[in-house]
Amino acid sequence: MDFQVVVLGGGVSKKLLPLVSQELPNALLPVANRPVISYVLEYLELSNLKDLIVVVEGEEAALRVGAWISGAYADRLHVEVAAIPEDVGTAGAIRAISHHLTAKDILVVSGDLVTDVPLGAVAATHRRHDAVVTAMLCSAPVSGPSESVSSGGKDKTKKPGRYDLIGLDPTKQFLVHIATGAEVEKDLRIQKSILPAVGQIEIRADLMDAHLYAFKRSVLQEVLDQKSAFQSLKHDVLPYLVRSQLKSEVLFNGMPPVEENGTEKVISQSNQQMLSQILANASEPTFHLRHALGSYSSTSDRKTHKCCVYIAGSSKYCARLNSIQAYNDINRDVTGEASHLSGYSFSAQNNIIHPSAELGAKTTVGPHCMLGEGSQMGDKCSVKRSVIGRHCRIGANVKVVNSVVMNHVSIGDCCSIQGSVICSNVQLQERAVVKDCQVGAGYVVTAGSECKGEVLAKK
Amino acid sequence: MGAQKKSGARVSEDPDELVRVPLQAVLLADSFTTKFRPITLERPKVLLPLVNVPMINYTLTWLESAGVEEVFVFCCSHSKQVINYLEKSEWLSQPNFTVTTIESQNSVSAGDALRVIYERNVIQGDFVLISGDTVSNMSLTQALLEHKERRKKDNNAVMTMVIKRSKPNPAIHQSRLGTDELFMAIDPNTKQLVYYEDRADQSRGTLQLDKSLLVDNPSLSLHHDKQDCYIDICSPEVLSLFTDNFDYQHLRRHFVKGLLLDDIMGYKIFVHEIHSDYAARIDNFRSYDTVSKDIIHRWTYPLVPDVMNFGHTATKLERQGMYRALEISQSQSAVIGPFTVIGSGTKIGNNTKISSSVIGEGCKIGSNVTIEGCYIWDNIIIEDGCKLQHAIVCDGVIIKSGAVLEPGVILSFKVVVGPEFVVPTYSKVSLFQQPIEEDSDEELEYADSTSVIGSQVDKSDVEIASKVLETNFSAASQLGVGGAGHVWSTCEGGLEEEWRHSVAPIPKDKILEAIKTMEDDIEFAQDDILLPPSGELKPNSNDSDDDDHEDSRDDSYYFEKEVEATFLRAVHENIQESHLILEINSLKLSYNKDTSDCAGALFYAMMKYALDTPHSSSDGLLQNVQAVFTKWKKALTSYLNGNDEQIEVILKFEEMCLESAKEFAPLFTTILHHLYNDDFVEENAILSWEDEKKDADEADKVFVKQAQKLIQWLKEAPEEDDDDEE
Repeated sequence: MDFQVVVLGGGVSKKLLPLVSQELPNALLPVANRPVISYVLEYLELSNLKDLIVVVEGEEAALRVGAWISGAYADRLHVEVAAIPEDVGTAGAIRAISHHLTAKDILVVSGDLVTDVPLGAVAATHRRHDAVVTAMLCSAPVSGPSESVSSGGKDKTKKPGRYDLIGLDPTKQFLVHIATGAEVEKDLRIQKSILPAVGQIEIRADLMDAHLYAFKRSVLQEVLDQKSAFQSLKHDVLPYLVRSQLKSEVLFNGMPPVEENGTEKVISQSNQQMLSQILANASEPTFHLRHALGSYSSTSDRKTHKCCVYIAGSSKYCARLNSIQAYNDINRDVTGEASHLSGYSFSAQNNIIHPSAELGAKTTVGPHCMLGEGSQMGDKCSVKRSVIGRHCRIGANVKVVNSVVMNHVSIGDCCSIQGSVICSNVQLQERAVVKDCQVGAGYVVTAGSECKGEVLAKK
Repeated sequence: MGAQKKSGARVSEDPDELVRVPLQAVLLADSFTTKFRPITLERPKVLLPLVNVPMINYTLTWLESAGVEEVFVFCCSHSKQVINYLEKSEWLSQPNFTVTTIESQNSVSAGDALRVIYERNVIQGDFVLISGDTVSNMSLTQALLEHKERRKKDNNAVMTMVIKRSKPNPAIHQSRLGTDELFMAIDPNTKQLVYYEDRADQSRGTLQLDKSLLVDNPSLSLHHDKQDCYIDICSPEVLSLFTDNFDYQHLRRHFVKGLLLDDIMGYKIFVHEIHSDYAARIDNFRSYDTVSKDIIHRWTYPLVPDVMNFGHTATKLERQGMYRALEISQSQSAVIGPFTVIGSGTKIGNNTKISSSVIGEGCKIGSNVTIEGCYIWDNIIIEDGCKLQHAIVCDGVIIKSGAVLEPGVILSFKVVVGPEFVVPTYSKVSLFQQPIEEDSDEELEYADSTSVIGSQVDKSDVEIASKVLETNFSAASQLGVGGAGHVWSTCEGGLEEEWRHSVAPIPKDKILEAIKTMEDDIEFAQDDILLPPSGELKPNSNDSDDDDHEDSRDDSYYFEKEVEATFLRAVHENIQESHLILEINSLKLSYNKDTSDCAGALFYAMMKYALDTPHSSSDGLLQNVQAVFTKWKKALTSYLNGNDEQIEVILKFEEMCLESAKEFAPLFTTILHHLYNDDFVEENAILSWEDEKKDADEADKVFVKQAQKLIQWLKEAPEEDDDDEE
């Protein structure tokens, strides 16, 4: 595949505090005991994409990510890690590494994506339509990416605001409208002018933009050059391309003439391709072509570009680790229903216990659990649907349910952990009860304390 | 539990119901619009011939073939004509098909009509609601079945609308029938209609959908490619809904939208889409043209001229879609083109060319006449050498030799066009004067003016004749020598809209224009949302902010105007200062302004007055200013209590010097000094004004610099004061 791949590794996201820190940037957050970015890298490797650029916000984070990747994938992948300043947004990230981009098409993947949707299909869609951008869509997760799952049926009105609203053409191949997350809080606004051209728009609230885009390089670079205010690919660049798809000369106005020729060639070439494709398939022309050919005046040649989508089948797994809720969900899914993603082989009890791990008498580890290398557990412990990292020391009579325990955690006797995330080097003293909490790295939970729904972190 | 039991009982009852209740239909023989004027001043729309058969026959024929057993024909304007026609026709004596007329004189809308029908208490079950100008050949079985199924499950499913896909070309598919753009949102799974907008605000580049629509439905289809056939299957609740909501007038605009917006009652509307069947409503002259062509092209089979005949002599279909009645006298040299219908008893002269037209019965067409795309009704005389293009010519018209009808002309009954006269494009000509519209308000579409004139017409033909005689003189000049008729001036939309509804084909340039506006729309929409840099996030909030600004700006503008007017009145009528203050205070309350706004506005008014008072030089102007300020000192000072108010006055003054009254610019410092001396503004105000301007652009600092001397002096003065005190 002649794609150049950019992995957006992010930096230290505020949404994921206290799980992440300068020492543990987003990309290295462990999911089932391996950094989340490894899922993306292996996903790309599976599609034979081995030449990657990983963009990380912040020098220090970049160094750490780079060190880990070169250690883990030295012989398998050719990865270049680029550090960019913080808060430049995803568009800024691409701008920063723009000079490295040379291939015809660029694949931009978020580093927090955990998925098994065939990448080849996305690329094929992109190439088939000669699209300017192709976005991968997948079914929105049931519990929703935002943190409040407990809201239930009461505030129904808030619910649609959580997802992306996506408008598709009747063939479900083209993207004609996109509104993401926050902006959907108010009423839905559809650009009216595109409707007559498309005729019918299907608006979906049950799809999620997976933040995996294939861009045509020339167009992406131009847009980023011209629209210096654009910060985010998802919120600025993609909606802009979608909006201007029937009127792309606006997009290419005010360009230096050399560049303009280039794009014109791209566009006219694309028109020819469309035409030949239609002649070959004898299928119904796309609305782009209809629009482009529907010109009554001979003077204006309408230029269009295509924004395509690839909609993943509902059986495929696709999630982004962009909230604490999502972190819990993904850990559960990777050891549970989407276990093939973890890359481990599960035992007969449907769990993974590292051979070096030690279990005390009458201790049970249930299905869909994971116990990392060198961890020790005392007697009469019970672990259900949880992930426990490496070299943890767990006392007797400890209960761990629906939780993630990272590395080097020591847990005293008679502790109870439910629905929580315990970061590395945390110390839980005896009889501590933690429920629905996030405990930041190195924190000490004193003996006998009871915490519920709290964020505990070192000051 | 109770509800469940009820519905259970209903289901068991249902089969009985199906047997017992005959399928009923309500046919509205009045469209409650004025789009077919001037023709409809003399004859109701449903009796106008459509390919030589009165429209209502198409509707009734379809209802009969679709299995409807009982039809209630609701007549309003020209009700006598409709009733007379039906009595003479065979419709009242059909087996298994009852036609009952319901007459009402004072209904002005479809809503009124349905309320009258509700009062009559004749509808027992589901019924078909249709207007008498609909042509269709669709089968109702499927739609009815769906409707009943839904009713069994959900009692709130009160209506099923029939829709049809329109032509895919974006530029013309909406204008094919001359209707407005229609946007619908439909749940693709349940076929529930959730949004209906048939006259979307053109100025807005976006459509707004309520986000709550997406709560229940994960996906929605937004359609622009469908047309509304105006055939509805309704449950009896629809009638009572109209009665409950006595303000519902229009079926779509009020009833459908009302139900969609109101979620309290939970009534639902569904759609049924037809694919191969035909259904269309004749709403305006363009759809008259389109539907006529569709009939001639046999899309409406079996509703085509050679199958349908109502007491007429048989019409034969010849090759190339040519229909000719049997008794025609046609010259050998006349050429009749394809897709043309010619009624019986019509005579056609030498070398006459007719193409894509419909000619009625008993017409006399002379030699060397060209007729293209026209609808010529009955008993019309067209003399030699006339040229007719895309016109509708009603019964009894006489077109004298050599006259020309340009595209889009409508000639109403018995109009006479003088020889060699050219009727300009889109003209509407009638023997009647154009009724004066007091108000082009929306509501007047259902105006009673129609029914008033209509009932006049009904009274007697003699009256018309005398009326015609009266008006004949003045009219003669309008249509050439010996002509008779008034040319109506284009109303409301003006020429702009005329092409959209006319029988004439849409001019090329209009299509171009439409495409252009469409593209401009795209551009506009982009500009619209693009301005905020990363603003994709919250276009909504930005928009509303803008709106607010606009509002307040408008508001203060009007406030200023009002204050100025009040002040001028006070000056001219010598009103006391206290009264002026009182009036300004009341304005302040009604516009919700604060004192500083009042001070600014009053100051502005005073300065404006000083400026408008005649003066020769800047000295004269200064004197004027002083005079005004001395006279109205009390009024202004009553608003200058605080620092803010005084700053406002200075800012206002500066603004005036910059923009509206540049004459003051050289006098700025002088007047400011006067204001200071006369205790209008205090030094604090001037100093804080200077302070405020510190960070301003250079351009804004002009007056600060001008007043620098004064400010300097002021700054030094207090120090001196302090010194004194010490």
